[in-house]
Amino acid sequence: MLLRMLRLTRLKNPEEGKAMAILIDEKTPILIQGFTGQMGSFHAREMIEYGSNVVGGVTPGKGGSSHLGLPVFDSVKDAVEQTGARASIVFVPPPFASDSIMEAAEAGLEYCVTITDGIPAQDMLRVKRYMRRFPREKRMCLTGPNCAGTISPGKSMLGIMPGHIYQPGRVGIIGRSGTLGYEAASQLQAAGVGVSTSVGIGGDPINGSSFRDHLARFEEDPDTDAVIMIGEIGGPQEVDAAHFFAENMSKPVIAYIAGLTAPKGRTMGHAGAIVSMIGESAAEKVEILKACGVGIVDSPASFGRGIASALSQAA
Amino acid sequence: MEIHEYQAKQILKDFGVNVPLGGLAYSPEQAVYRANEIGGERWVVKAQIHSGARGKAGGIKFCTNTQQVWDSAESLLGRNLVTNQTGPDGKPVYRLYVEPATDIVRELYFGLVLDRSQECIVAVGSQYGGMDIEEVSEMHPDSLVKITVEPAVGMQAFQARQLAFRLGLKGNLVRSAVNVFLRAYRSFRDLDATMLEINPLTVTSSGEVIALDAKMSFDDNALFRRSNISEFRDKSQEDAREMEAADRGLSYVGLDGNIGCIINGAGLAMATMDIIKLKGGEPANFLDIGGGASPERVAKAFRLVLSDARVEAILVNIFAGINRCDWVAEGVIQAVRKFKPQIPVIVRLSGTNVEQGQELIRNSSLGIISTNTLDAAAYAAVDSIKKS
Repeated sequence: MLLRMLRLTRLKNPEEGKAMAILIDEKTPILIQGFTGQMGSFHAREMIEYGSNVVGGVTPGKGGSSHLGLPVFDSVKDAVEQTGARASIVFVPPPFASDSIMEAAEAGLEYCVTITDGIPAQDMLRVKRYMRRFPREKRMCLTGPNCAGTISPGKSMLGIMPGHIYQPGRVGIIGRSGTLGYEAASQLQAAGVGVSTSVGIGGDPINGSSFRDHLARFEEDPDTDAVIMIGEIGGPQEVDAAHFFAENMSKPVIAYIAGLTAPKGRTMGHAGAIVSMIGESAAEKVEILKACGVGIVDSPASFGRGIASALSQAA
Repeated sequence: MEIHEYQAKQILKDFGVNVPLGGLAYSPEQAVYRANEIGGERWVVKAQIHSGARGKAGGIKFCTNTQQVWDSAESLLGRNLVTNQTGPDGKPVYRLYVEPATDIVRELYFGLVLDRSQECIVAVGSQYGGMDIEEVSEMHPDSLVKITVEPAVGMQAFQARQLAFRLGLKGNLVRSAVNVFLRAYRSFRDLDATMLEINPLTVTSSGEVIALDAKMSFDDNALFRRSNISEFRDKSQEDAREMEAADRGLSYVGLDGNIGCIINGAGLAMATMDIIKLKGGEPANFLDIGGGASPERVAKAFRLVLSDARVEAILVNIFAGINRCDWVAEGVIQAVRKFKPQIPVIVRLSGTNVEQGQELIRNSSLGIISTNTLDAAAYAAVDSIKKS
């Protein structure tokens, strides 16, 4: 009830596009935080198999040992100094995950993906506040928590997605949900459309970066022609992205917002998927996106058709 | 997670916020005992349910003698109280809170909330307390005062004073109100709350500022470190099926339709519900069984969905990424063999080894309808109900 009356305010400190235009490529040296755990080990193997340049991992207390044939370090700082790592992926359990993210930011990594689901919201407030102490050009980009990660198909996978459903190409994807993102990627693959980079921003109420941050990156990326945005109910980010699109973008963007049938005030799986304020329902978001000129995909079965028509109109 | 008014008041009291003296009662006898214990001759008997707007729904009774306390307690206990926030079934009243009636001079509003756009805790106040904050924001939008709390340092005294002055408080009342704001903020921060409402925050005839009503919600993701809050959980206030699902690691939200949904991933689950609606059907539930879709989870999901008597068809939509479709198909077949649903089951698998998965389903001779696309699956589910 209380949340509903708070009006939507635009994000004051968007992260602007940085040097690593599409976040990761085949050269990006990657660290695994929470390397020796079950999740970390399993997905590190998958990433290495995909061709990602994994250079080592961090598990405090196990520094000096080796795991999957790669060095294990006690701290992110040690790992960065000795491997030149520039990106990391966090599999650390929720109670300790925010600490790991701040450690990554402090160690000078450029990009961090946090897979962990279940981080307390106030921990994320502190993480976001902590990151503001770095000047913008030195500030780490964070995606997640509670996301499937990022993939630049054919180059590098920094996530837990099935890599083979992403065909290399020139369409960018930004989404809050894991499996719905896979659905979109497979539809694109079936339609013969490839992906430049797919970024999962996660389903939590406070996340590292927003649709808007990555729309800015895709707009500047010479290897991306159009962007698919997969949003859902709850939070201000889709509306914020709609305004950013209207004011700053030349490339076509199409969007799908999940949760048309979601009842108000109920959390739909993702901690962040809850309609608690005006402008947070799927219908309202769709209306605002439309008004700002973003193409709308009405059905989750139409990602392939939607992007094909957006691309043909742009051509 | 939500808690009751009396629990929120206990928390606030522990943090030093002024709340009325009160006592919990599970029976009319106890209610009268509490009234006598409190003393005086005017009391309020308040139904404890997880909802606001209890007054309008008849859940708060003023009493001027102990017979009235007895009668009020008897009339409230055991019944379902329906408010504009509970849905048509209401919530059961098993606990009452008895307090002395307060002489109110002024009613104010104070709230704290985690604001997602500013990524901060925000305090909200209004001179118009005692009514729904949504009404206040419609009728008196100019009365709303918002204070953004900087996460690194927390709420400052000057901010609390600013709020007190803007609410029109003067003299000693300012100091009392500042005390409430700062201590309420501390409870919010220290206990990982996501929402706190003191409505009304009252100024009494004796010149005190007290929290006459209190409501708090907590971050489920932080309960691992807030065992004292977890203990406040009252399962009678939660939907039985949703609770059972949560205990089994599934995420379920019941709806009014007749197509049961079993899906992996929250986004895909919402999208599947949407497409059912687009095809003219109504989903019976939201159900996210998690990324893995193991046979155990699929079986739990079938049991859960089939426990809803309104369900006339089941739509299973699983994206098998890291796991393979043939493995997921085995799980679905096992579940159908085990539970023998007497309604159509439509399965749509996608991802790795999809052909093998579909073949297993076709060869199972269990009458499961297997489809290739999301569109076809939703259409088949809606169509199967029309036919029967």
